[in-house]
Amino acid sequence: MKNRRLAAPYLLWMTLFTVIPIFVVVYFAFSDSITGGFSLENFAALGSYSHIMAKSIYLALISAFVCLIIGYPAAYYIASLPPKAQRWLYLLIMLPMCMSFLLKTLSWVSLLEDTGIINSLLGKLGVEPLPLIRNNGAVVLGIVYNFLPYMIMPLFSVLEKMDKRLLEAASDLGCSPLQVFTKVILPLSVPGIVSGLTMVFVPAVSTFYISRKLGSPGTVLMGDVIETQFKTAYNPNLGAALSLLLMVIVLFCIFLMNKFSGSYKEEVTI
Amino acid sequence: MTKELVRLKDCRMDFDGQTVLDSINLYINDNEFLTLLGPSGCGKTTTLRIIGGFLQPTSGDVLFDGERINDLPPYKRNVNTVFQNYALFPHLDVYDNIAFGLRVSKLDEEEIDRRVTKMLETVSLTGFEDRKINQLSGGQQQRVAIARALVKEPSVLLLDEPLGALDLRLRKDMQNELKRIQQQTGITFIYVTHDQEEALSMSDTVVVMDRGRIQQIGTPENIYNEPENAFVADFIGESNIIDGLMLKDYLVRFFGRDFECLDKGFDPGEPVDVVIRPEDIDIVEPDPTHLCGTVSSVTFKGVHYDTIVDFNGFKWLIQTTDFCPVGSYIGISLGPDDIHVMKKSEYSGIFGDYSSYSAEYEEINDPDADPEAHGYEEYGEYGEAGET
Repeated sequence: MKNRRLAAPYLLWMTLFTVIPIFVVVYFAFSDSITGGFSLENFAALGSYSHIMAKSIYLALISAFVCLIIGYPAAYYIASLPPKAQRWLYLLIMLPMCMSFLLKTLSWVSLLEDTGIINSLLGKLGVEPLPLIRNNGAVVLGIVYNFLPYMIMPLFSVLEKMDKRLLEAASDLGCSPLQVFTKVILPLSVPGIVSGLTMVFVPAVSTFYISRKLGSPGTVLMGDVIETQFKTAYNPNLGAALSLLLMVIVLFCIFLMNKFSGSYKEEVTI
Repeated sequence: MTKELVRLKDCRMDFDGQTVLDSINLYINDNEFLTLLGPSGCGKTTTLRIIGGFLQPTSGDVLFDGERINDLPPYKRNVNTVFQNYALFPHLDVYDNIAFGLRVSKLDEEEIDRRVTKMLETVSLTGFEDRKINQLSGGQQQRVAIARALVKEPSVLLLDEPLGALDLRLRKDMQNELKRIQQQTGITFIYVTHDQEEALSMSDTVVVMDRGRIQQIGTPENIYNEPENAFVADFIGESNIIDGLMLKDYLVRFFGRDFECLDKGFDPGEPVDVVIRPEDIDIVEPDPTHLCGTVSSVTFKGVHYDTIVDFNGFKWLIQTTDFCPVGSYIGISLGPDDIHVMKKSEYSGIFGDYSSYSAEYEEINDPDADPEAHGYEEYGEYGEAGET
């Protein structure tokens, strides 16, 4: 019973700032923007945003997998080092997270712009300016750059904890180094992979600043649309309905990923 | 009839400038049950890991069927290992754990199924196919580990203290089980343990190791009855070890008396260590023709009494079914075959005195006792993982 009292501050916090706001969002989503009465019209309007929704999910998934492809070898390498080197490299991975997210995105703008650092260097070499910004690639780059540490952290912790004797056992039973990886290391790191994908996908699917700064007018994402509803279109009811839809999709994705890794006991918690 | 299978030639192993194994020369015959026995830090696990291919000796050769295999990685050796903590794959069930090695060698599923099913029978785990590893008891995990290694039908099975984590009762059962499996399959077993009883009851050949060196190789009877030095005599069973003087062949002097013995080949007048096993000593009436002493402690052990007798300050352990109360004055009689004479060694004077009886006896019986208490250094044997 005593332990329960220790959780009281957190419960209070959660109730005030998470549970109640969710109910507020639900209330707004199901009410009329003019009269405030019960209405489903916000949901009827969602259909016209389906392509933006699809694009958001598509770019977030691509970003998550790019993070995996870059992050897995990095985590694997760090986990194979002696503890002291591990601490240093881990610190380096964490370091960009201490910097402002906005600052990092703006720095990319000044790097990638048509008159930016890269293109002006290329210009001096006589190369025509490259279309580095205002496209999907730039958005993915921005997302990957900002969220890569969230991929490396869970992967590193899984790989670092892995029982080295299991690798010896696999080798003993006839596995070549490549087979040791595919048959033991990879399956055992699935919880880390799922957790990393989730931790990148969830913030990426609702991001808005990156797409606005690095994307073209065509790459408007869900986060941007929701922001617009609240700040410029003054339709918080539609914004709430969009948020709710996004939340359901995210929860569904987490559920799917947990199902996928269900063969191995650890669940992903975010 | 017996064919040599594995040979270690002058193997030496250094870790960080410390010698962990020194001049190991050893051969293992086909079909043999060989045990590497010694206290923790003696180099037995290192020796096993060299044979398994997880370590390369600093110098010396590892031969398999006459071929040098020093640089052959583990996965190319026809050797399988039962690891100390089993190292079963947590993401696979019992069946898939056992089938793992066969699937790696790309056997067809029908053949795999036949062999896994048979192996499950051998280790009495039929019906456990779909169990997860974490749903198994220690003994069951241990049997899965044995099955997983045996199903590959290796020429040699390496077992690294496989029974260390089991309770006494289960350990006894598994000892019989392992011996049965070894005889049934005809596979060579190389077994590592610090438990002398386990070594004596299971092995064809026992290799006693200490401080990175082989102290003695022999049959269990040979090791027990004819220990080569004070370390072996003390590590295998209980022994009273007394300073003696070899007067001539078949005659040894200790405690100022001459005793007939069965040993020869020493220089006349050579100082020697004399071993007398506590169960070989007969208690007789105290009279001047016999060695006499005072009983200083008696402990009931079930089958016998552990009786400590003080002979002018040097205390002996006698295991006897006759009860002699503390303080009684008794004589003892020793026949020629109760006395075993050994050359002096670096271990002389360290072992075999029961003056501090209670402490030392407890420690000898405790397999996990701190080896440093014996007065020699412990070597790191398995990196950070340690031995038990």
